[in-house]
Amino acid sequence: MSADTVAVRRRARRRPDWAGLGLGLALTLVILVPMLVVITWSFSNVWRYPSILPQQMGLKFWQATLARADVWSALVTSLSLASVVTLLSTVICLPAAYAFARLKFWGRDVLFFSFLAGQAFPKFGLLVAIAAIFLQLNLISTFWGVVLIQLVGTLLFMIWIPVAAFQAVDRRMEEAARDAGAGPLRVFWSITLPQAAPTIFSAVLLSFVGTFYETEGAWLIGAPQIRTMPVLMITFINNQPVIQYGAVLSVLLWVPSLVALVFTRRVIGSSTFARGFGG
Amino acid sequence: MARLTLNALGKTFGTTTAVAAFSLDVKDGELVCLLGPSGSGKSTLLRMVGGFETPTSGEVLIDGEVVTRTPPERRPTAMVFQSHALWTHMNVFGNIAFGLRIRRLPKAEIASRVGRVLALVGLEGYGKRQTNQLSGGQQQRVAIARALVLEPKILLLDEPFASLDQHLRERLREEVRDIQHRLGITTLFVTHGQDEALSLADRIVVLKEGRAEQVGAPAEVYRSPATPFVAGFIGSMNRLPGSVEAGRFRHGALELPLEGVPDGPAELAVRPEHLVVRAAPGGGAASLRRLTDYGTHRIIDLETSEGARLKAQVADGADLPQGPGLQLEPTAWAVFRNDQVIARSPA
Repeated sequence: MSADTVAVRRRARRRPDWAGLGLGLALTLVILVPMLVVITWSFSNVWRYPSILPQQMGLKFWQATLARADVWSALVTSLSLASVVTLLSTVICLPAAYAFARLKFWGRDVLFFSFLAGQAFPKFGLLVAIAAIFLQLNLISTFWGVVLIQLVGTLLFMIWIPVAAFQAVDRRMEEAARDAGAGPLRVFWSITLPQAAPTIFSAVLLSFVGTFYETEGAWLIGAPQIRTMPVLMITFINNQPVIQYGAVLSVLLWVPSLVALVFTRRVIGSSTFARGFGG
Repeated sequence: MARLTLNALGKTFGTTTAVAAFSLDVKDGELVCLLGPSGSGKSTLLRMVGGFETPTSGEVLIDGEVVTRTPPERRPTAMVFQSHALWTHMNVFGNIAFGLRIRRLPKAEIASRVGRVLALVGLEGYGKRQTNQLSGGQQQRVAIARALVLEPKILLLDEPFASLDQHLRERLREEVRDIQHRLGITTLFVTHGQDEALSLADRIVVLKEGRAEQVGAPAEVYRSPATPFVAGFIGSMNRLPGSVEAGRFRHGALELPLEGVPDGPAELAVRPEHLVVRAAPGGGAASLRRLTDYGTHRIIDLETSEGARLKAQVADGADLPQGPGLQLEPTAWAVFRNDQVIARSPA
C-alpha cells in the first residue's frame, strides 16, 4: 500500500461511512453479543429462564473447571501441538514458498495449485481416508499422528501467504546484497526474510491459532488418547447438562488468540498486519 | 584501479537479441557512459558486467582476468541501482556496513570506513537515520556510499539519478564526477540522458538495438556523429531530406558544394547553433515561423520552401523579416546516405 492510498483512505474516512458503520454494527451483533453471553454464562453460578440477568454471579464453575486435571492436560496438549505444528510448518513451508516465489522448476504451477486442492474437497471424507492409512501405520491416537494431520491443514496459507510476501520483495534489494558480497543463503537470511517478515508473521500466527482450534482432525486421529482443548469442550458439551462448563472452556480457548493478537499489534503495526492479508 | 574489457559480449532473451557481440575497453580510472534509448541493451550490458546476467556469448575481463561466470558476490564490482534499492529494514549505517560485516572486518574499522564514506557523499552524522527518513537525493547518496565503501575495482551506475528532479540530478552528477576523479575509480555509467553523458563521460558509447553506433569522446560524438541515429539522439539536430546532383547537395533553394560524392538521395544534418540565418532581399530558402527566447539563447523555427521544419539559434532574431526571405548557411554539417556519413563540413 502506497502512502498515497493511505492518505486517500484517511480523507475518505472523515465523512460518515454509513456502509462501514452498518457492517460494523452487524459484525458486533453477530460476534460480540454471543461472546458476551458466553462470558456471562461462565461467571454465573445460577442463571435460570426467564431471568435476563443471572440470579447469582461467581467463580464457582471457573474453580470447578480449573480444578480438573483433564482440562490442564488438554491445555498443555493443545499448546504443545500448536507450537510443534507451527514450528514444523514454518521450517517446511518457508523454503518451499521461497522456491515457488523465486525459482522456476518443472511442475511448479501444478504443485502450487495442488495445495488448494487439499482444501477444495469435503475435509471429513479426506480425514477418514487418512485415518484408515494412519491406522496401519500405528499413528492413530498418537501425538505425532495429530501433528501430521494438522500440519496438512496449515500448508495452504503457510505456502500461499509467504509466496506473496517473497514475491513482493524488490529483487534489486537482493541483487544489491549479492553485489555487496553476500551469497544466496545470506541474502535470504539478511534481506529477503526480514523484508517479508511482517507478512510471514501473520501467516505463522494464523497457523498457530488455526491449529489450536482445529477439531476434526485432532478428534478423528487423536481420540481417545490425545485430547485437545476443543475436543475436550465438545465432550463437555455433549456429556454435561450444565452449560457453564462449556462456557468456561470457550473463554479459556479465546485466550491464546487474544494474546496472539495483542502481541501482533505490539510487534508490527496494524497497517503492516493488514497488508499481510492483502489489505 | 582497474581495466575492464568486454570481448564480443552477447545476450539473447529467447529470440530477441539484447546485446550483440559488443566489445569495449575501459581504461584505468576512465568514466564511460553507455547512452541509448530504452531497449538499447545498455542496462543488460551493465548487468552482465555486474554478474546479474549471464552472457550468451563473449567474455568479461577485469584486469585481464576472466569473470564472465563469476557470481556478483565474488566480482570486484559494485553497482548503484536506479531505484537505489536500499534495505529498508536497516538504518543508513547498517546499509553501508553490510558488505564490510560479510567480509568480517573488525568493528572499529567498519565504523571508521562507514564514517569516511558518509563524509565523502556529504552525509556525516546520518548513520542512525532510517532510510525512509531521507530525501530521494540522500537515499541515492547512501546507495553510492554503499557501493564505494567496498572499494570496488569497477563502479557500475544504472541510471542512478533518473528518479530525481533536474536540479538535484545536476548537483549529484557533479558530485559523482568529483568523487570518481578523486578516487580514480574505473566507472561504467548507464543513462538515457544525453546531457548527463556529455557532462560526465570521458567517453560515450551510443547504443542502439544492442550494438554500438559510435564510441568516442563527448565532443567527438556531438560534433561528428557517425550515423543519423547518433546525430538525432545527442543534442538537437535538424535533418533535411534532399539529393546530391553534380557535386552539390540540394534542398530547394539551399545548396552546399560537396566533393567526390556520387549523385543520389541524401540527408543533411545540421545543429541549430551551426545554422546561420540571414535576410535575403531577393527571396530565400526558408520563412520565419516563430521566435522563442530561452534566456541564454534564442531559437527560431523555420520552414523551408520544400515544407521541412528547422530550428536555428540566433543572437537577436528581431531583425529578421517575416515571410519567405531567409537565406540559410550551415557552418558545420554532415550528409548521410543509407545510415552512413558521405560528407562532412571541413573542420
